[in-house]
Amino acid sequence: MRCLAALALSAMAWSACALAPETLHDLALGDNDAKAKAISVAAASGDTAYLPLLQAVLDGEVQTVGDAQILLVKGDTATDLLTGKAVTPLPENRDDVVINNRIRKELRTAIAALKLTAPERAIRLAAARELQTGADEELLPAIGTALAKETDDEIKSLLLLTQASIQLTSKDKNTRLAAIRTLAESNNSTTKTLLLGVLEQNGDTFAEPDADVRAEAEKSLHAVQGRLSAGEMVGRVFSGISLGSILLLAALGLAITYGLMGVINMAHGELIMIGAYTTYVVQNLFRSHFPALFDAYLIAAVPAAFVAAGLVGMALERSVIRFLYGRPLETLLATWGISLILMQSVRTIFGAQNVQVENPSWMSGGIEAISGVVLPWSRIAIIGFAALVLAMMWLLLTRTRLGLFVRAVTQNRTMASCTGVPTRRVDTWAFGLGSGIAGLAGCALSQIGNVGPDLGQSYIVDSFMVVVLGGVGQLAGTVYAAMGLGIVNKFLEAWSGAVLAKIAVLVFIIVFIQKRPQGLFALKGRMAET
Amino acid sequence: MNAIVSREGWDDAGAASGVRVLTSGVDTSHKGILYLDAISVSFDGFKALNALSLLIDDGELRCVIGPNGAGKTTMMDVITGKTRPDTGTAFFGQTIDLTRFTEAEIATAGIGRKFQKPTVFEQHTVFENLELAQKCDKRVWPTLGARLDSGARDRIGATMETIKLVPEASRPAGLLSHGQKQWLEIGMLLMQEPQLLLLDEPVAGMTDDESMRSAELFLSLAGKYTLIVVEHDMEFVKRIAQKVTVLHEGSVLAEGTMDQIQQNEQVIEVFLGR
Amino acid sequence: MRFFLHADGRREGLGVSVPGGTAFVPVIAAGGPRFARLLPAKGWLFYVAAALVLFVAFPVLNLAVPPGNVLHLSDYTVTLIGKIMCYAIVALAMDLIWGYTGILSLGHGVFFALGGYAMGMYLMRSIGHEGVYQSDLPDFMVFLDWKAYPWYWSFTDHFWFAALLVVLVPGLLAFVFGYFAFRSRIKGVYFSIITQAMTYAFMLLFFRNDTGFGGNNGFTDFKRILGFSVTAPQTRMALFVLTGAALLGFLLLGRWIVTSKLGRVLTAIRDAETRVMFSGYNPLYFKLFIWTLSAVICGIAGALYVPQVGIINPSEMSPANSIEIAIWTAVGGRGTLFGPVLGAALVNLGKSWFTQVLPEYWLFLLGLLFILVTLFLPRGVAGLLRAARRRTL
Repeated sequence: MRCLAALALSAMAWSACALAPETLHDLALGDNDAKAKAISVAAASGDTAYLPLLQAVLDGEVQTVGDAQILLVKGDTATDLLTGKAVTPLPENRDDVVINNRIRKELRTAIAALKLTAPERAIRLAAARELQTGADEELLPAIGTALAKETDDEIKSLLLLTQASIQLTSKDKNTRLAAIRTLAESNNSTTKTLLLGVLEQNGDTFAEPDADVRAEAEKSLHAVQGRLSAGEMVGRVFSGISLGSILLLAALGLAITYGLMGVINMAHGELIMIGAYTTYVVQNLFRSHFPALFDAYLIAAVPAAFVAAGLVGMALERSVIRFLYGRPLETLLATWGISLILMQSVRTIFGAQNVQVENPSWMSGGIEAISGVVLPWSRIAIIGFAALVLAMMWLLLTRTRLGLFVRAVTQNRTMASCTGVPTRRVDTWAFGLGSGIAGLAGCALSQIGNVGPDLGQSYIVDSFMVVVLGGVGQLAGTVYAAMGLGIVNKFLEAWSGAVLAKIAVLVFIIVFIQKRPQGLFALKGRMAET
Repeated sequence: MNAIVSREGWDDAGAASGVRVLTSGVDTSHKGILYLDAISVSFDGFKALNALSLLIDDGELRCVIGPNGAGKTTMMDVITGKTRPDTGTAFFGQTIDLTRFTEAEIATAGIGRKFQKPTVFEQHTVFENLELAQKCDKRVWPTLGARLDSGARDRIGATMETIKLVPEASRPAGLLSHGQKQWLEIGMLLMQEPQLLLLDEPVAGMTDDESMRSAELFLSLAGKYTLIVVEHDMEFVKRIAQKVTVLHEGSVLAEGTMDQIQQNEQVIEVFLGR
Repeated sequence: MRFFLHADGRREGLGVSVPGGTAFVPVIAAGGPRFARLLPAKGWLFYVAAALVLFVAFPVLNLAVPPGNVLHLSDYTVTLIGKIMCYAIVALAMDLIWGYTGILSLGHGVFFALGGYAMGMYLMRSIGHEGVYQSDLPDFMVFLDWKAYPWYWSFTDHFWFAALLVVLVPGLLAFVFGYFAFRSRIKGVYFSIITQAMTYAFMLLFFRNDTGFGGNNGFTDFKRILGFSVTAPQTRMALFVLTGAALLGFLLLGRWIVTSKLGRVLTAIRDAETRVMFSGYNPLYFKLFIWTLSAVICGIAGALYVPQVGIINPSEMSPANSIEIAIWTAVGGRGTLFGPVLGAALVNLGKSWFTQVLPEYWLFLLGLLFILVTLFLPRGVAGLLRAARRRTL
């Protein structure tokens, strides 16, 4: 240990020798202005040798003894920064180098500027980002040097922008013009503020005296705003699709039980909740039994949620719903009763509080589609999942015997039963399938929202709206309705706030149903008569 | 026995309760009571009616026959306002454009319809069924304050005589036999005092005896009312038919007396197949 | 041949009730005082007895008999029964639209709450300067930093205007909503679902602070009504008697409607709407009439409820609340007028007992009630009672 420490110290001592003594002196012993000047000298030098020193000042590890000695103190060892020699024992009368917030900020900027020359791309990128705020004119040379050497496009564009935003305050009109033109390339919202600052008008006086520059700034601002709103648009469409796929997942099960079978299942939301709680249980099992495989728990949770909700659904069909076929209003009330019981059961077993379902680590973070718009992995995963479930369901309904039977029974029960289709068993299986899909929805929802006993209640109105809007019995209609509602909802949200958006969407659906009672995709003629 | 109440008798009652007398508005001055002209209706590409034209004279008893899917029920839907035609015109008398009124308005104007499957108010008694159907002001407020005067009660009684349901007067209609329900529905139409009666398979589910009596009834109604009867039972059609229209694939295939129809080559081809 | 048919004669012939049909055979009055014939003699006896209990026994036992006496009726009981009577009125309104006309509304909570809010606005304004902030405005508006009442609070300091709103607001909402829904022939479950969406939308709207109705907390801490303290026993009793009178009044009104020809048209719409249409009635206006009336009755119930309970908030508009109304009606017996009143009383007494003694199990029981009643008791308790009576006769 000691050896290592000694080695490090000697390395530092060597580099300390390369520093200009007056800079060091100002930094440690000068007043704040002197310190600031010393820091900018260090930053402008582009000499990475200053890095450890600046960092040490920032960390409060530099102390002085009188006017003579400047020490780097780590624990109980000290190095004289001017001579590079170790000082033992520690002198008694040491003073801290006091820095205030202004100096601290200068230090950070200077450190970032110096790091721009670091060989690792990640460090340079972080430094360039750091410099986006708080760089000033004194850094221009350092940024200029860095730009000359920089090969990475991303870092280069960041630096160019930073450079331009500093140059905006330049005395030279052409520099300002060039800077404004560079800024037009940006899609950062601070650039917008900068350009707005250029255009600021106070009575008759403008912040920017030159009309040419102002005109150029107008142009750049326009470009930046366009790009920014495009970014917002992408973000909104994405969150719309994300909401849409959640609605779709919640409504797909209903599309079978209500759309195809005509059963109004008010407990559908609670089947979603069961799926979410199953995911919670599976997660806990993995955490306690297979902590190493924790990131893979979803692979087990998805089928578990499907089976758990499906079984509950089949049990409900066998015990209650079966006896109410053809009496939709009664079914509605009875299944509402079921939903109350399921909710209360979950409250009794798991408690009334929300439970924690953790995302697997691969789901955290996201990708930056364009600068400023981050698409979270969890949302992307859910969109993909919804598409997958939709595809599976479509295949199941159109390509398998069960699907054939389900469609046959829902179109003409008597005829189907005459041709030997076991209608009652098909009912049970179909209901189980719808419920299982609700369980899948719950599993997905557990990844992005709270899991609590009331989870289902918040989705039941929405999912019925989707099915009704899409047209009962129309799978394609359900998809369009879910996506449409999701996107419309998100756009309204940006315009009027979440609650009003939701109300507006409900009102829209109510009005829409008046116009087209059969939904988006209506069946006409005799088929529609019931 | 004067089973069928004369139309004059009705008008008094109507005037007393302030009916908007649409019935008298039916202008049959040119002999025709129903004019269908080039009516087309399609459902998702399937042409249920294809340029159908039909003229019914006032007081006529017309039988309409045709294979399944010929468009008989759709034609009735168009006449009664249930389905709007895509193209074509439908006039009741000279002035009433049927495509512009609701079902209830058309019923009030004087077109009564009996469905293929008898539809009566099953929870109501036979008496109440007839009471509800009877011609009077059928708007909300008059209905709320409506009272049954002795004249109306007499008319209901007379109609029950006609449809042979006097003993069942206070039975819920849901407990009647199929044939009795058919008769009750016909009775309800009579209470409505229509000028044009559309009867969709009126004798389905009736015994021979009942269907015989139906034939008598319809024949006695003809002249006073205009009747359009859609029926599959050829024996029954032969018994009552004056003029027969054959529908095929949404338009009129042939029209004439029963004999002419039976001789018609096209009709034989359609009904018997090649 | 002339044909005679007497209303009385018909009634004897129809001792058997029709499944799901009206409780009492409709009486077709051939003139004479129809009002007197609304109820059979036994029914009137029962009616008068109920009036005596509500208007005489309750006030005496609560106000005149001193607390501590065995016969004393506690304020708690009076409030509870007053509350239940409000619910009973709502169940009655629900029955007119569901039981008789076959239209299941899952949004009746909205009408109830709107009536309550209208009354609540008046009550809030009568607080005067006694609020926490001692301002002209209600506390929640002060909290939002509002300087004046929004326009829709105009005139609500007058009782008569608030009373008008109690009737107009639910009535107008129901009229507009119903007109469009019935005109597009939305029926059955579709209708139920969009009424649920409606109440859900209203709940969200009223949860917002900016809507101007107190957000989450709604209205509470009322001080006085028409100058009387809302907590005074006499005021409570007056409200109780008023509620009782409203309940009995609406029972008679309901009876008058369902025994009229209009009532028979409504049941006919429930059973065979197309036949009604082809008989020359336009179902739209009949549905609209009963739907709007039902909403107005709900609004009045809400207005009576708020001063007695002392609070109104958006949770009254939650879909769960509205659907619970349906179960009161179903438990009591649809298509009878007495049934829903009984149902509302049974379920709510059960609820207040259970939530005190076994709060964990109330939702289980309520859920079971939904299932069992729909599966095994389609005609509700009233149906059971009638069957029992027939067996003993």
